[in-house]
Amino acid sequence: MDLFDKFAALASARDSLLEVGANPFDVRMEQVRSATEAVIGGRDVILFGTNNYLGLTFDPDCIEAARAAATAEGTGTTGSRIANGNYAAHQDLEAAIAGFLKCRSAMVFSTGYQANLGTIAGLAGPDDILLIDADSHASIYDGCRLSGATIVRFRHNDPTDLDKRLGRLESGGNVLVVVEGLYSMLGDCAPLAEFAEVKTRHGAYLMVDEAHSLGVYGENGRGNAEDEGVEDAVDFVVGTFSKSLGAIGGFAASNHPEFELLRLASRPYMFTASPSPSNVASVKAALDLIKASDVHRKTLWRNVRALHEGISELGFNICAGLGPIIAIRFDDTEQAFGAWRRLLDGGVYTNLAIPPGTPNGISMLRCSVSAAHTEAQVEAIIGAFRRLAGNLGPETTETAEATSAPA
Amino acid sequence: MGDIFDLLTPFNTQAIELTAATDINADLDVDSVIILDFLMTLEDKYYISIPINLVSDVRTVGELAATVEQAISDRANGGSASGSV
Repeated sequence: MDLFDKFAALASARDSLLEVGANPFDVRMEQVRSATEAVIGGRDVILFGTNNYLGLTFDPDCIEAARAAATAEGTGTTGSRIANGNYAAHQDLEAAIAGFLKCRSAMVFSTGYQANLGTIAGLAGPDDILLIDADSHASIYDGCRLSGATIVRFRHNDPTDLDKRLGRLESGGNVLVVVEGLYSMLGDCAPLAEFAEVKTRHGAYLMVDEAHSLGVYGENGRGNAEDEGVEDAVDFVVGTFSKSLGAIGGFAASNHPEFELLRLASRPYMFTASPSPSNVASVKAALDLIKASDVHRKTLWRNVRALHEGISELGFNICAGLGPIIAIRFDDTEQAFGAWRRLLDGGVYTNLAIPPGTPNGISMLRCSVSAAHTEAQVEAIIGAFRRLAGNLGPETTETAEATSAPA
Repeated sequence: MGDIFDLLTPFNTQAIELTAATDINADLDVDSVIILDFLMTLEDKYYISIPINLVSDVRTVGELAATVEQAISDRANGGSASGSV
């Protein structure tokens, strides 16, 4: 009996992928040249699966801010804020986030995962009840488990189902409803106005994770809640720095007068090293860019329309309406895997998403649009999908060898 | 229990004989997400809440049936002694 025996099914699934010559979950990018270009297997590839919605990872202002901060304050903080102290830049970034979101307070976390973990586990305790969307991100599920609260799922993006399940609750305790602004797998937005009405009627709190929607939705880029005009009904906003803001980390923000207590109650905030100076500086620079101009957002949406329309016209089954995440459904895992390989062979990197990590057990390619995609890259991506459209049959030995062989 | 056997039928792709001792995950070869979705079906059928915290304690069909019966009982009594809400 080995400790790893429990992963037998996982190992079997991995081995079956390795047998055909490539592991989609272990792609090595030998060089990342820009927000939309990398070298994989010795070949130039267009990145169409990065979450780099605004393309800010290579923005000169963000890079310079990171460089200057590393020079001035070093490469890392080497400790937690509660034990080792706050850098002024941590607090300045929190003030900037709070100001941007029109919230009283904001807290910075070291990763987006920890932002959900720390916020949910900090807010909810064993006497509370969490109502979460069935398609919630793993960080939401894990935060719920860490909280010790009672966890009830409701059907994905279904305010009527939430209403029904809230109505069934019989015991006391505070109720926190958790949803995401934009779901990262299917690329569909939450109907936040309807959720806000339901939660208000039941006297519940509402937390919205705007990880994928911040910087993308809303007139000012504040996310889906701004887009739907219900920011006042959102009690807690969570977000990440690793999508539109082009770095790593996360945040939570709120108008609750006691929100700052989480700094003393949220273990994922307290017991981890704080974000590095360069990271904090680049996020602050990215936030300043978003506040100062909507040019990146407008360019993103222009690319979204072009790619969504171009891929849709080829007959592919896109899971949701217009948005920066284009999730394309395939008949089964083998077909999705074959499509992923052929696109990579054709110079386009996408994300393969297969069960059990997908809603309703579907197999798909998850693509994400960037403001940094040039018109030529948009055309090249559509061209690769055009070639794929006529070649969706079973994987052949030739295509497998083409993928595994260096250029 | 019979109702639960019927509701599990679509997942019983190997057509094995369902008993109280059937391991839902291992014997029916369904993943954790499908089990969670199945719980929602049960919640709707019996107008109960089954917190997903209880999932780790439920391996067999018999244990699932007991959880549902307890939640129905809790609802009738207006309480939540077993963890249902």
